Amino acid sequence: MSTNLLLVIVVGVLFAAGVTLLLERSLTRVILGITMLGNGVNVLILLGGAYGGPPIVGVTPEPGMSDPLTQAMILTAIVITLGMTAFLLAMAYRSWLLTGHDDVQDDVEDRRIMERAERDQGLEDQDSPPVTAAGPDNSDQAGQR
Amino acid sequence: MLVLLIAHLAAALVAPTLVRRLGLRAFYLLALVPASGLGWAVSRTAAMRDGGAVTEVYPWAGQVGAELALRMTSLSWLMVLLVGGVGALALVYCARYFTAGEPGLARFAGVFVGFAGAMLGLVVSDNLIVLYVFWELTTVFSYLLIGHDPASRASRLAALQALIVTTVGGLAMLVGIIMLGEHAGSYQWSVVQDALPTGGYLVAAVILLLLGAMSKSAIFPFSFWLPAAMAAPTPVSAYLHAAAMVKAGVFLLGLLGPALAGAAPWRPLVLAGGLVTMVLGGWTALRQHDLKLLLAYGTVSQLGLLAVALGAGFRDAALAGAMMLLAHAMFKAALFFVVGIIDHSAGTRDLRELSGLRRSLPSVWLVAVLAALSMAGVPPLAGFVGKEAIFDAFRGGGWWKWAVLAGVVAGSALTVAYTLRFLWGAFSDKHGVAPRTVHNVSWPFLTPPALLAVAGLLAGLSSPALNDLLAGYADTYSGAADYHLAVWHGFTPALALSILALGAGAAIFAMTARTTRWRRLRLPFTGADGYERTTGLLGRAAVEVTGATQRGSLPVYLGTILVMLVLLGGGALLAGPPLVGGFRLWDDPLQLIPAAALTVAAVFAVRARRRLAAVVLVGVTGYATAMLFVLHGAPDLALTQLLVETCTMVMFVLVLRRLPGHFAVRPLVSSRPLRVAIGLAVGAVVSGLAYAATTGRQAVAISTAFGEPAVSFGGGSNIVNVILVDIRAWDTMGEISVLVVAAIGVASLVSGGSRRLLRGGRRTPLPTPPRGEVWLMAGHTLDAGLRSPILEVITRLVFHTIVLFSVYLLFAGHNAPGGGFAGGLAVGLALVLRYLAGGRHELNVAAPVDAGVVMGTGLFIALGTGLAALVAGGEFLQSTLLDWHLPVLGHVHFVTSTIFDVGVYLVVIGVVLNILRSLGAEIDRHDRTERAEPARREEELV
Repeated sequence: MSTNLLLVIVVGVLFAAGVTLLLERSLTRVILGITMLGNGVNVLILLGGAYGGPPIVGVTPEPGMSDPLTQAMILTAIVITLGMTAFLLAMAYRSWLLTGHDDVQDDVEDRRIMERAERDQGLEDQDSPPVTAAGPDNSDQAGQR
Repeated sequence: MLVLLIAHLAAALVAPTLVRRLGLRAFYLLALVPASGLGWAVSRTAAMRDGGAVTEVYPWAGQVGAELALRMTSLSWLMVLLVGGVGALALVYCARYFTAGEPGLARFAGVFVGFAGAMLGLVVSDNLIVLYVFWELTTVFSYLLIGHDPASRASRLAALQALIVTTVGGLAMLVGIIMLGEHAGSYQWSVVQDALPTGGYLVAAVILLLLGAMSKSAIFPFSFWLPAAMAAPTPVSAYLHAAAMVKAGVFLLGLLGPALAGAAPWRPLVLAGGLVTMVLGGWTALRQHDLKLLLAYGTVSQLGLLAVALGAGFRDAALAGAMMLLAHAMFKAALFFVVGIIDHSAGTRDLRELSGLRRSLPSVWLVAVLAALSMAGVPPLAGFVGKEAIFDAFRGGGWWKWAVLAGVVAGSALTVAYTLRFLWGAFSDKHGVAPRTVHNVSWPFLTPPALLAVAGLLAGLSSPALNDLLAGYADTYSGAADYHLAVWHGFTPALALSILALGAGAAIFAMTARTTRWRRLRLPFTGADGYERTTGLLGRAAVEVTGATQRGSLPVYLGTILVMLVLLGGGALLAGPPLVGGFRLWDDPLQLIPAAALTVAAVFAVRARRRLAAVVLVGVTGYATAMLFVLHGAPDLALTQLLVETCTMVMFVLVLRRLPGHFAVRPLVSSRPLRVAIGLAVGAVVSGLAYAATTGRQAVAISTAFGEPAVSFGGGSNIVNVILVDIRAWDTMGEISVLVVAAIGVASLVSGGSRRLLRGGRRTPLPTPPRGEVWLMAGHTLDAGLRSPILEVITRLVFHTIVLFSVYLLFAGHNAPGGGFAGGLAVGLALVLRYLAGGRHELNVAAPVDAGVVMGTGLFIALGTGLAALVAGGEFLQSTLLDWHLPVLGHVHFVTSTIFDVGVYLVVIGVVLNILRSLGAEIDRHDRTERAEPARREEELV
């Protein structure tokens, strides 16, 4: 099957721009990136279906119709993207309310573990080192003192 | 047997409730359950003579070769007696040991009964997989029992240590089981033992099985977990040391021994491990000041002896081992109970602080002496019979037997010594130590140890009778069957060895009591060191690996995933077969225009420094995508995309008005080229994949056959819409549910969980409108500077038109572009217009309903259509064509799936309304309160 090179390029452009924005720290940019990625995926799915006239019986003769199945899938995806964008925006807003900015923060717990690794500490240092609850030595030392 | 197991399970489940209702008395009731196991085993005594067996088989998880095969032979009969008897006595003892207010007692009771049940299952299962399941169940239950006091650090660590050590051993054992089972083609032990592999395969399997048995039984070098486990309450220690858990290991040795003892690694490992454990355990016990710890090391020592006897692999040793197993259970449980009583009465277990207890607790002293003499091996008690049998079994016949005999006699001497230390430490009068004041011991508290101690005496006296029963097990070994258990065999070398052990033990005790220099003698390393080093290393490795991979930064994680996408996807493209099929530049030259606009807008969107500019540019790419949809022959998509894109832009603007105008200047600028490079690479790879996928397509699209059925069955000529509401209606059902969830999420994120938002609308009273003509009812609620008369006029003029148009879209959608989604979004945009022109009060006037009610009604209608079809005898969401002739309207052609679409329509309206109320009206309110009173902002959020 031959393919529409222009749409292939459009997919690439939307993915490239979307990914670049996705890798940013600002949640606003991340959400914009996701929106563009969503559009890119939609065009990608569109490419999977045949080109043609509107898939409406009576308007287009059946051999010349575009593929309706991919379109139904994309339609679902478009509306879901709307819901997801709204949700992410609400998250960005809340992040702004709580922290005063909308940047994605580093995971605090991960940072702590990294610092631990840099100091060459093990897990056991989190509290005091493990002891055998009552080793043979405990009573012995007590006895000699 | 299955009935017994179910009884234990049921009792474990009701035990917490019982304890809560009845308090400590519930333990007497619960003791009946293990006691029933004891009773059942006693009733089957006759069947155990001459190597008989009781067997039950039930189908279970056949796919993994596990059927519930239960089989009681002579050895497991002995274990059932111990598990049931000691278990029942331990529960009775609990009723006095604990006080009514003990925290976690209800859970404890349930776990204890469960533990007894798991142990019972372990000893009677014939299927090795089932045995393993029960094996690990005892591990889990013992973990919970040892860690009974979660507030104590020692108790938590001891529980964790026991869990880790025995589970590691258990996993090794599982591998061994699978090796044997897969070779034999069955996991039934009675089958497996006759179909053993040979050579290195057998050696590996045996080593793995021994790892399991030895770690469970605390054989050196795994001994360290057992003394630590005495952090558990005393009834648990008594049960754990005497009849359950550690006995599982020696039981396994006894079970596997007849078949596997001949394998190369078996005897060296078992005998060496057992002897070292016996001597070291006895030596360490001599050093202890805590009576309970002394007994715990005593158990370690005895387990070594039991492993030697049951694992030696010939008939007389096995017979002696079985007798010793019985004797040990009775005297060790009794002695632990005694320690618990002393602890209760005197308030300490430290033998340096105890004095004068023989006179103040004479009955306890009597019980303790009786049990302790059995431990030391004094005739005519059970311990003596067992030990003498062991001496006799290893007498003569090869150098290794002599070596074992020497070790066993030395270990026995140490046993005598620490037994004396125990009695002396617990009961004697000591110089310079004031006699403890004790309170009296009630008889129910003393009954369990007294019964066990007397049982030890009876078992010793009736050893000839026991001989017949235990010989059933021992005779599974080939070899001469000439030894018989008895108290008196005449003046034999074994008797001389017994006397030697007693004398040497007394001498060792006398010597150690006088000086402390001998205490310096100890091993340069212990198993506990190895355990700590291993777990420490594991912890370090975990920290290093986590620290190296979990950088905590979202861009780094996403970048890693995307780089993998580039490498794998790009690699597949390069390595895969050459691309087939050609390309055309475009389907329609007009496509060039939106494509060019899209590209330019995308580039500038990435570069934009202002938030609003970025939003508008991304919007442009969205509109351009809509144009591409039109030119591809997808009018429905284009319509929906246009409406959604507009909605999205409005949402962005509503939120961004509160955020700073410019993006923050971040320290990330340096990594910008890298991000762009990843973006470009991903774009190129995805383009390549798109090209490869579309040109590589061979099959004809399934949807080419949708046209005719869409009309005849779906009743609509717009195939896309028929797919949405009929062919793939399930998908749509799921989708609108997701939308509702997302909308609720938005509302709770913005309002901080208050329920005011969803019910918005009617609750807020509208300020009285001014007199005279107004364009919008609530227009006056906005500040004069914010009002736009032109917008108000336009809104007034087009609002109703849009709503009417949306209804047209909804109903025409089945045959022309449109449908529930597009219609709902159109209404949403009309509401957006009202909100923008007149503010949140205007929105309430326009839609005086709860968004939740609209969404709920929509979902209800959509679901109802599906269910109605189900009720009418069709499938869920199946549609029906209806044709009516109505008087005025004439012929009406109606499809039930239109009703489903109405549901979709309402859900979408509700979602947009909800988003407007959250991101619009609620953020307005934040804005206003903040301006009025900045300090209250924090309260608003909480």
